[in-house]
Amino acid sequence: MASVPKANELIAGTDHKPPKTGWMDTPVEFRPGTWCYSGKSKNLEVVGLPNPREWSPIDDDWKLPENWKEIIFEGLRERIHKYRSFQLFMDICVRCGACADKCHFFIGSGDPKNMPVLRAELLRSVYRKDFTLAGKILGKMAGARELTEDVVKEWFFYFFQCTECRRCSVFCPYGIDTAEITIIGRELLNLLGLNIDWITAPVANCYMTGNHLGIQPHAFKDMIEFFVEEIEEVTGVKIEPTFNRKGAEILFITPSGDVFADPGTYTLMGYLMLFHEIGLDYTWSTYASEGGNFGLFTSHEMMKRLNSKMYAEAKRLGVKWILGGECGHMWRVINQYMDTMNGPADFLEEPVSPITGTKFENAKSTKMVHLVEFTADLIKHGKLKLDKSRNDHLKVTFHDSCNPARAMGFFEEPRYVLNNVCNHFYDMPPNTIREQTFCCGSGSGLNTDEYMEMRMRGGLPRANAVKHVHEQHGVNMLSCICAIDRAVLPPLMNYWVPGVDVTGVHELVGNALVMEGEHERTTDLRGEPLEGMEDSDNEDL
Amino acid sequence: MGIKFSLLAVLALVLVAFLGVEAIGMNYLFGVLVPYLAFFLFLTGFIYRILKWARAPVPFRIPTTSGQQKSFSWVKQNKLDNPSTKLATVGRMALEVLLFRSLFKNTKMEFRQGPKISYQWEKWLWLAGLAFHYSFFIIVVRHLRFFMEPVPGFVHLTESLDGFLQLGLPGLYITDLLFLAAVTYLFIRRVVIPQMRYISLPADYFPLFLLFGLGVTGVLMRYFTKVDIVKVKELAMGLATLHPTVPEGIGVLFFIHLFLVSTLMAYFPFSKLMHLGGVFLSPTRNLPNDSRIRRHINPWNYPVKVHTYEEYEDDFREKMIEAGLPVEKE
Ligand code: HEM
Ligand code: SF4
Ligand code: SF4
Repeated sequence: MASVPKANELIAGTDHKPPKTGWMDTPVEFRPGTWCYSGKSKNLEVVGLPNPREWSPIDDDWKLPENWKEIIFEGLRERIHKYRSFQLFMDICVRCGACADKCHFFIGSGDPKNMPVLRAELLRSVYRKDFTLAGKILGKMAGARELTEDVVKEWFFYFFQCTECRRCSVFCPYGIDTAEITIIGRELLNLLGLNIDWITAPVANCYMTGNHLGIQPHAFKDMIEFFVEEIEEVTGVKIEPTFNRKGAEILFITPSGDVFADPGTYTLMGYLMLFHEIGLDYTWSTYASEGGNFGLFTSHEMMKRLNSKMYAEAKRLGVKWILGGECGHMWRVINQYMDTMNGPADFLEEPVSPITGTKFENAKSTKMVHLVEFTADLIKHGKLKLDKSRNDHLKVTFHDSCNPARAMGFFEEPRYVLNNVCNHFYDMPPNTIREQTFCCGSGSGLNTDEYMEMRMRGGLPRANAVKHVHEQHGVNMLSCICAIDRAVLPPLMNYWVPGVDVTGVHELVGNALVMEGEHERTTDLRGEPLEGMEDSDNEDL
Repeated sequence: MGIKFSLLAVLALVLVAFLGVEAIGMNYLFGVLVPYLAFFLFLTGFIYRILKWARAPVPFRIPTTSGQQKSFSWVKQNKLDNPSTKLATVGRMALEVLLFRSLFKNTKMEFRQGPKISYQWEKWLWLAGLAFHYSFFIIVVRHLRFFMEPVPGFVHLTESLDGFLQLGLPGLYITDLLFLAAVTYLFIRRVVIPQMRYISLPADYFPLFLLFGLGVTGVLMRYFTKVDIVKVKELAMGLATLHPTVPEGIGVLFFIHLFLVSTLMAYFPFSKLMHLGGVFLSPTRNLPNDSRIRRHINPWNYPVKVHTYEEYEDDFREKMIEAGLPVEKE
């Protein structure tokens, strides 16, 4: 892991002035902390990605295939014809600059090529050279340039410095979404075997074992059963989840990060407690044991390959519909792609809450419901007994994850739940939440350790807003509905805003949920004493 | 460099028209042939570009959701920023096209050491953009009086609204001022803001100079050197009715103006100015966010290789049985 300068030093040298040399003449510099390790051949081989080999971005020779130029041109041509979005976004940018200072990576790094408009120009310039009349004739004057290995290296650097968060597209007068351009850019890079280990390893694992971490079926079950014991310790209630059970009414799928790493695991405990308390007839699956989809960060095709397990498993188990846990990009895939790619899900039924009878009209076709919607509906109908005061030791704010925000519009549901499970909730300033939310800085597969400096830079605007409510209202808990967030926000907070912890929404639900037959709770799910219980003896718990 | 190149290009255009008319007397070329050719290029180029975009499929439904989604009846949906119906999507598009709604959301980031980041009010680009586009539009409408006989009522109305200040003779049009001011602002902004300058290409300066040249020659003709309007109308009507004539003695300034317009028309379809047509086709704006409600069809959806449950069970059957997990084949 590259060492990261201290917080105050990191941005001391950061200003947003562009360099003297024009961007086409400014080469990239692969400094430690600003790039991710390359994808390992064994993982590429598992899923059949092209050009598996050992290489590193800091090598001079990237061992590109012989005919790499041809591959890129063919790849470009194909995608221009397949995606109107891509073709249009290549053509109509007026370089008005409205998107420029909207990108967290530009704000945190000051690197002009992290302005969305320039990020797009990196690819656009090559497109112009070979696909437009003006570019062919006028060359550089028309903003066109030759495709060279250096250009490919630049693409690699900057398309893996975009988290596909879509913030830029909110502000663009034509809706140009640089995330779309990055997605296609990464697809093109993948054709040459240029990818990063932090994405290809989860992809390979997910393909073979069903989840990113490569947790095998028996271990998956074990891990969840471990949390069953934890829950019993805190609440005295014994829960019995089921796995791969045919005939269950509902299949539940969540990111495997929740099963594996703190603080996501507390969120997982929240899920288990909720389902138990309302007596939900549901099952886990070890085959479709991943909600997340790093295929989205590889190619449209890979996304489809990985996502296919959700419907396939729902069909095999004969459930009525699918419930999805707290995850960001998982929900982008479900909302924007799943039904189109792998539907129609005509073997499922239109989702109806078995507890409240509510029809989820907005999920009529995909037949997949977001857990936070589901819970909001339970609360609205008074089906949950909630003791908000059990979260009184927390002053909570909410981080809108990019994908549910800008690829779905999921704003009120989590806030409604939060306001019903805790007494102290404070939103961050309006320019930094909802559709204008700032990325955690580590999304789209960039949540790796060797990339820590960029992550801290990219996460700065988010952290800056948290700091604001931390100072104003004493906020000490940052809630979110995304597994990547739960993994990456803790180090970000540690770095920029020490004293703020990170939680999933359903951890707070779990804290507040009054369960039948529970003993008096003295701690929250983390084993931290509840307000007023600091002195109680929890040794024997 | 891009600035100089673009400026020189526009000056060269002016010079070409000037010499062509003044020195060689090619009035017919500049008064008839070039405008026809330019108009032809504009029309065919424009249609070609639109068709080309329209032919590309929209495989996925990817609207940028800038507000609350459709949810329960008790959650208020933001229909204009996150439409789920066709009608609301039309509303969203109308606001984009007529009011530049997304640009209106613009802010300016302030970065101070500490670090402390804040986001400031910044509506100037939006304002100048609106001023520029609307004055351009109104000027175009006003020009219709040259091409139509009798002049339609809405053109008269536009003229009188635009000239409501009733200053000077001939009456000053607000849009003339606004247009030049807005173009000047857009240019200055590009040059003065370091990031803007860094991203700007010749293709960004060129239209601005061209438009500025157009505006200046127009203003000169109207308020200062006074061309013979009757003859200009004769020429314009000739063009419009396909009986072109070039009356004597119109003055070279007019030919320069006309040549710049011709350049703009011919250049339009091959440049970023096509955002005019493109904005209507943008998939992040012109689609409802309803892909959980109605299945969106991808015309080129194809089967992919997947790792099936059966293969998975084959990989792990022993372990699954041992852990008490149900299996298909014992
Ligand atoms: C419909 C929605 C439209 C939007 C949101 C829009 C927005 C913009 C913006 C933001 C600019 C950039 C200004 C700059 O350079 O910084 C621009 C430039 C321009 N637009 Fe539009 N526009 C629209 C439609 C049109 C239409 C209908 C025309 C018709 C002629 C047009 C003609 C131009 C021209 C000539 C420029 C050049 C100025 C320049 O290059 O900067 N636009 N537009
Ligand atoms: S806001 Fe849109 S049009 Fe303006 S520079 Fe950015 S991508 Fe281009
Ligand atoms: S999608 Fe997000 S990370 Fe990528 S360029 Fe836009 S604002 Fe930056």
